[in-house]
Amino acid sequence: MKGAIMIKRLLLASLLALSASTCTDQRSHSKAVYMLIDTSGTYAQEVGKAQRIINYLLGTLESGDSLAVARVKTRSFSEKDIIAKATFDSRPSQANAQKRAFRDKIDAFVKTVGGSAYTDITGGLIQGGMWLNETGAGTKTILIFSDMQEELDKVTIRDFPINLKNIRVVALNVVKLKTDNIDPRRYMGRLEAWQKRVEQAGASEWILINDIERLDSMLKS
Amino acid sequence: MTSNQFWMIWPGNPMASALILFFIAMPLLYAARKLAHDLFRSIGHVIGGPLRLGARWLFLTAKEMKERNKAVLLAHGREEVGQHIEREFERIGAMVTRDLEGYPALQRKLLEEITRVEEDYKKCGEVPPPPPEWVEAVTAISKVKSEGNEMVQRILEEIKRSVESIHAKALAEYRRAYESRHKILNGFMPFWRSLDKTFGQVDKKLTGLQDTSSKIDAQMEKYEQINKKTDKAEHALTVSAFTQFAIATLVLLIATGGAVVNFRLIAVPFSEMVGAGDYITSSLRMSDVAALVIIFLETTMGLFVMETLRITHLFPVISNMNERMRRRMFWAALTFLVVFAGIEAALALMRDMIVADKEALRQSLAASQAVAPDPLLRMIPTTAQMVLGFFLPFALAFVAVPLESFIYSLRTVGGALVVMLVRVTGFVLRILGNIVRYFFKVLTVTYDLTIALPLLIERLVKVARSGADDEARESRPVKRAA
Repeated sequence: MKGAIMIKRLLLASLLALSASTCTDQRSHSKAVYMLIDTSGTYAQEVGKAQRIINYLLGTLESGDSLAVARVKTRSFSEKDIIAKATFDSRPSQANAQKRAFRDKIDAFVKTVGGSAYTDITGGLIQGGMWLNETGAGTKTILIFSDMQEELDKVTIRDFPINLKNIRVVALNVVKLKTDNIDPRRYMGRLEAWQKRVEQAGASEWILINDIERLDSMLKS
Repeated sequence: MTSNQFWMIWPGNPMASALILFFIAMPLLYAARKLAHDLFRSIGHVIGGPLRLGARWLFLTAKEMKERNKAVLLAHGREEVGQHIEREFERIGAMVTRDLEGYPALQRKLLEEITRVEEDYKKCGEVPPPPPEWVEAVTAISKVKSEGNEMVQRILEEIKRSVESIHAKALAEYRRAYESRHKILNGFMPFWRSLDKTFGQVDKKLTGLQDTSSKIDAQMEKYEQINKKTDKAEHALTVSAFTQFAIATLVLLIATGGAVVNFRLIAVPFSEMVGAGDYITSSLRMSDVAALVIIFLETTMGLFVMETLRITHLFPVISNMNERMRRRMFWAALTFLVVFAGIEAALALMRDMIVADKEALRQSLAASQAVAPDPLLRMIPTTAQMVLGFFLPFALAFVAVPLESFIYSLRTVGGALVVMLVRVTGFVLRILGNIVRYFFKVLTVTYDLTIALPLLIERLVKVARSGADDEARESRPVKRAA
């Protein structure tokens, strides 16, 4: 009789342990990545590379993680510029289905992408920061796939302090422009200016990755 | 002047300054000599005393613990040997019931066979042919003188013919009799064989009985040794416990490997059931914990199965249950175990599907051409996983046996290690106590060394005084005499 009671108690304990899953923390251990793709001018040709990075991200991110891909164009501070976004389901099978749908959206975007006249990186950063904060993820990253040459039209105002607190900002595939080749100081100066701006915005880290292979180790850290 | 040079009486010359200070301090040190000695002695006692006391207490505790460990070890050994003897007696009982129960029948069979052999032997005894009466007649006739008498000659020839025919007849009769005896003797053979076989059986059974008896004798001797609480018995039991501990640890490690494989099989499907994004700690997922809980439950059910089968005796409550209740509990635990095994097999299949889906997604993301695997090759790992998933819980059930050995031997091994630890701590405390004591003795001597000059003066003064006193003492009797 006591043995049966013991079995019942054990089963009850195991059920309690299983039900405790509802009380656990989901947010702080998840990752959120917001990727900005520059589609201005000649940089729009690099979108194939961006697609490979997105596919890599889809293969790397796990259940509970979030991913959004947005384009950088004349004015980028808008939800409409988000091409695809998803917070992957905690069930791996559902997460796989979401990833497939995400990939299809990106494929469609890559086929129809067109160049924009101006490049509003700051607007994209503000939008990305807001989206990442909404996800409540433990690790927040903005990937900027751009040459980091911001060009704004006359009416667009972006010369004000922005907030990127606790967000890691990674500049990817920052190609050298023709003018950079003439005077490399322009390239260095551009990167330094962005680093300063991002750090002033409260970003946890500023990383420059031109070799895509290094992205793997960066995302794992 | 910097802050660390404030003491220098002779600025820039620390040696001279120190010497001057030393000479200034020397009278003070001399004056405070007794107080300083008392202080050093007191500090030595204050620090060294508790250390030595602690060491003594630890040695006493270690001794008590050793006694307690010995008592527990001997009690456990007594119980174990008692069970062993009980089992041997049960075995003998079974043997006696099985073999010697049929002994009267066996004896009857033996007697019957012996009687039959005896009768047959009697039957085949050689019967000498009866003495022919006609021999005397022939002798008498042979004495008759024929002397060419034709009639006598004829009679003799007739007699010879008759004798020859009778002789042939007698010889044939004799041979027939021998033939029948040989047949009887030939008929002995199966009985002899049967007798030999029966005696062999009896011998074997009696030898088995003797072997078991000698085993019981050995166990009884061990039991007596334990009862007498001899060092030999204690040593033997300790060695046995250490061996058991090592073997049980090894087997448990192997079982842990099995549990890890089991965990790998069900962790992924559990993430599908309870979610992969929930964490208990920074690296511990809820799904992993759930999978572990299931494995622990399976092991527990296996433990109960072993307990109810009375293979292990970890829970006295279970072993003391009545037969009916124990059987019910056995079936309940076994049912749970089978259900868990079935669930695991299903989870293993689910894992295979999830992994395949993830792999397909990865391949599609990498834009590489996915090669369709051979259905047979795909089926083999899937089936193997399912079979593993089903049988691993049953294999884990056997962990109960080494676990029991581990727990019982842990008491002895752990006890011995704790005693050793306490002794080592006691030894260290004792050494520390002695170091402190002798340190303050050295400090006292060093103190005296620093005031060697005043002490020398003191001694000289004392010598001078004692010389003057001696002179005074010597002069007094002279005065009296004068």
